[in-house]
Amino acid sequence: MSAPIDLPKWADTALVPAVSVVAAFLVAGLVVVGIGESPLTATRLLLQGSLGTGEGLGFTLFYATNFIFTGLAVAVAYHAGLFNIGAEGQATLAGLGTALVLLNFSFLPGFLLIPLGILGAAAFGALWGAIPGYLQAKRGSHIVITTIMFNWLASVLIVYLLVNVLREPTNMNPETRAFPEQSQIPFVHEILAVFGIEVAPSQLNLTFFLALAAAYAIWLLIYRSRLGYAIRTVGSNPTAAVYAGISPARIIVIAMVLSGALAGGLAVNELMGYQHRLLLEFTSGYGFVGIAVALMGRAHPLGIILASLLFGILYQGGAELSFERPAITRDMVVVIGGIIILFAGALEGLFRRIVARVLTPAMRQARA
Amino acid sequence: MFPAIELKAVNKRFGAVHANKDVNLTVERGTIHGIVGENGAGKSTLMSILYGFYEADSGEIRVNGKPISIATPNDAISAGIGMVHQHFMLVEPLSVVENVMLGAEGGFTLRAGEAKVRAELARLAQDYGLEIDLDATVGELSVGLQQRVEILKALYRGADILILDEPTAVLTPAEADALFELLRALKAQGKTIILITHKLREIMAVTDRVSVMRRGEMVASLETKDTSPPELAEQMVGRRVLLHVEKSAREPGAPLLEVEGLSVIDNRGVLRVANASLTVHAGEIVGIAGVAGNGQSELLETLAGMRQQVLGKIRFEGRDIRFEEHNPHAMRKLGVLHVPEDRLRMGLVPAFPAFESAVLGFTDDPRLGPGPLLDHGRMIADLSAKMEAYDVRPPAPRLKSSKFSGGNQQKIVLAREIERNPKVLLVGQPTRGVDIGAIEFIHRRLIALRDAGVGILLVSVELEEIMNLSDRILTMCGGQITGERKAHETDEQDLGLLMAGVTERAA
Repeated sequence: MSAPIDLPKWADTALVPAVSVVAAFLVAGLVVVGIGESPLTATRLLLQGSLGTGEGLGFTLFYATNFIFTGLAVAVAYHAGLFNIGAEGQATLAGLGTALVLLNFSFLPGFLLIPLGILGAAAFGALWGAIPGYLQAKRGSHIVITTIMFNWLASVLIVYLLVNVLREPTNMNPETRAFPEQSQIPFVHEILAVFGIEVAPSQLNLTFFLALAAAYAIWLLIYRSRLGYAIRTVGSNPTAAVYAGISPARIIVIAMVLSGALAGGLAVNELMGYQHRLLLEFTSGYGFVGIAVALMGRAHPLGIILASLLFGILYQGGAELSFERPAITRDMVVVIGGIIILFAGALEGLFRRIVARVLTPAMRQARA
Repeated sequence: MFPAIELKAVNKRFGAVHANKDVNLTVERGTIHGIVGENGAGKSTLMSILYGFYEADSGEIRVNGKPISIATPNDAISAGIGMVHQHFMLVEPLSVVENVMLGAEGGFTLRAGEAKVRAELARLAQDYGLEIDLDATVGELSVGLQQRVEILKALYRGADILILDEPTAVLTPAEADALFELLRALKAQGKTIILITHKLREIMAVTDRVSVMRRGEMVASLETKDTSPPELAEQMVGRRVLLHVEKSAREPGAPLLEVEGLSVIDNRGVLRVANASLTVHAGEIVGIAGVAGNGQSELLETLAGMRQQVLGKIRFEGRDIRFEEHNPHAMRKLGVLHVPEDRLRMGLVPAFPAFESAVLGFTDDPRLGPGPLLDHGRMIADLSAKMEAYDVRPPAPRLKSSKFSGGNQQKIVLAREIERNPKVLLVGQPTRGVDIGAIEFIHRRLIALRDAGVGILLVSVELEEIMNLSDRILTMCGGQITGERKAHETDEQDLGLLMAGVTERAA
């Protein structure tokens, strides 16, 4: 038992996470020293590779787009008191939804087909989230268990469909034929080229802006709308929700529908924006990293955007780093990412205490 | 002989809050010393300093004349100080013996430690009359007995000075009396007891001396026999307080809420309300007296639409409530509003800012914002006005709900329900954990509401409150309504019998 620590809001939302990240980089630096590399060089390579070039920045933002969607997906469920481990599976199913829409309605013009493809992704993701949500709400099956099981179901289902049903007979790879040209979401470098601005090509496409819009919409929903109020009430105090006449079961299903639909954004970015076909394992663990992103961003959309940028930097910069310094393997980069999650998430309380100890006398003096 | 405890000029600040200001306290050995004060007066902080949860910023603590420093609860225990918390620190699935042993297990295997505990507990049982089944599972004991386990734990660790924090808040009147017997026995054996409470009746009944705290300061330290409840109340609040709120006689109007043969089972399938019938008329306060857990909560929740009855009828303004409209939402629309018994679990969302808690249950009100959105500016302005009218302190709508004291939380809940013009108000434990100044205010509001023609159904475990406010009193026991009395035609003994289930045969 200890006294609760009260910090001003700015310290809580900005200073404490910043201190955590700095400490994480210091410890990660020690690891780099341990394998005989210079941490300063490593940091320089990491930042340069992710932010220093137009191409690097493009890739960083492309990865960040994935993280924003999966982070928001986890956050919405989290506000309703649910731990959605299933963004990975929901995104997989969303990929299926996108492919079915785009391949079956290829006769439609792009301005209709692109929104339809996005809706297809959202609908299939939502469905894959709704089932565990329903089982939790009505049958009491724990959402963590069911969403994990649904990840496996999604992954074997997609293998079956790609190998046996959706694959072109002439293609040896388990993937669909390419999506119609008009359904491809434009790359940012293409758009900029139209205006005469030359940037190095990257995977970054307009889905990034969809992700930012989604973050704003989710902020509005969670913190400013009646539905968001109900979601937070159920998540924070279910008895009070019953008292208020809010049905927790209904809210749980709604939250999981929203969560699954948001996870679908991953499929939009990866498939409609970059791969232009449905293929195996395009989700590559972004759904799971979304959990870390949401926790680090404190389930707040702005925090999630910042955490997504950080993880985008780690992904892109890490790839560059392991390319430039083979001693620092990809696995090392994962270790560094893990250290950051550890410091920003699990050890966050540690720094709150220290920050409070430094700040409190200063605040007292300022008042006196 | 040195006093058991001496505190000199103890100071403690939390940020801007000066929780303890130059507090001096002397507790003589072998006495029961009461500490009273409103919520937030600094009683709990002071005791936490004494028990090592917090360290004082400055000041001196002497135990039996020796200055000591208490940095952790372990320091306190080795100085002979034991504490019984308001919320018990027990492991429910373990037995009484195992709970007492916890933290003092002895060797690698439990056998030696257990034998020692059993011997010691047998001695304590003999010395103080602390009878208890050592092998009972703690979670299955009544609250009164669980508290006894807490006391045993402290005594087993060699406590000479026992601090009890609001010990009767969770007890029935009979259990409270048993506790006081025990405290007297402990005193007779030379133990020193510090009793923190805000119930003046208890102070008068059991203490030798009483110290009063107000806003972090120790404002008085008196011999109990030389003081009186009104004097203590005045010291606590800093102004004169009416312990009895006057109300004029009033003829009740038409029946508003009628209940016929209501039976309710809880989630575990246990019958909680059995064949209950009652009527609430316009402009009357109907009190339901009873020991906590005799079906009052379930009755209130059913009337509020949170539960469905298995049998029986509810009529509002002469019309049957149909099954489809028997939910919190529809009942609220009809004008049946509900101040729930448990503020923190039900009445508000502790993690929300106050202005959000202040619309709980009413978010579909179109005045709160356009379309699907809620207009925070409007909500804040609305609560600001209510906070001023209800004297909520601090008047900060953006502050988290959990940061307000119990009384102020209750005022926020009351303001929310009362200002929506109820026809019937269901009120559960309106003054539980609320300080004296706020109790007076809340009682006045309820009576004003009744005078304005609202029908009020009041559930409270405070018999005094029921007798003070009600026009008519029903008693509940084991889910049944065991009696009905006009408030001015009954007394505590009479109600006590009915509450114990001694049903009346003659009218």
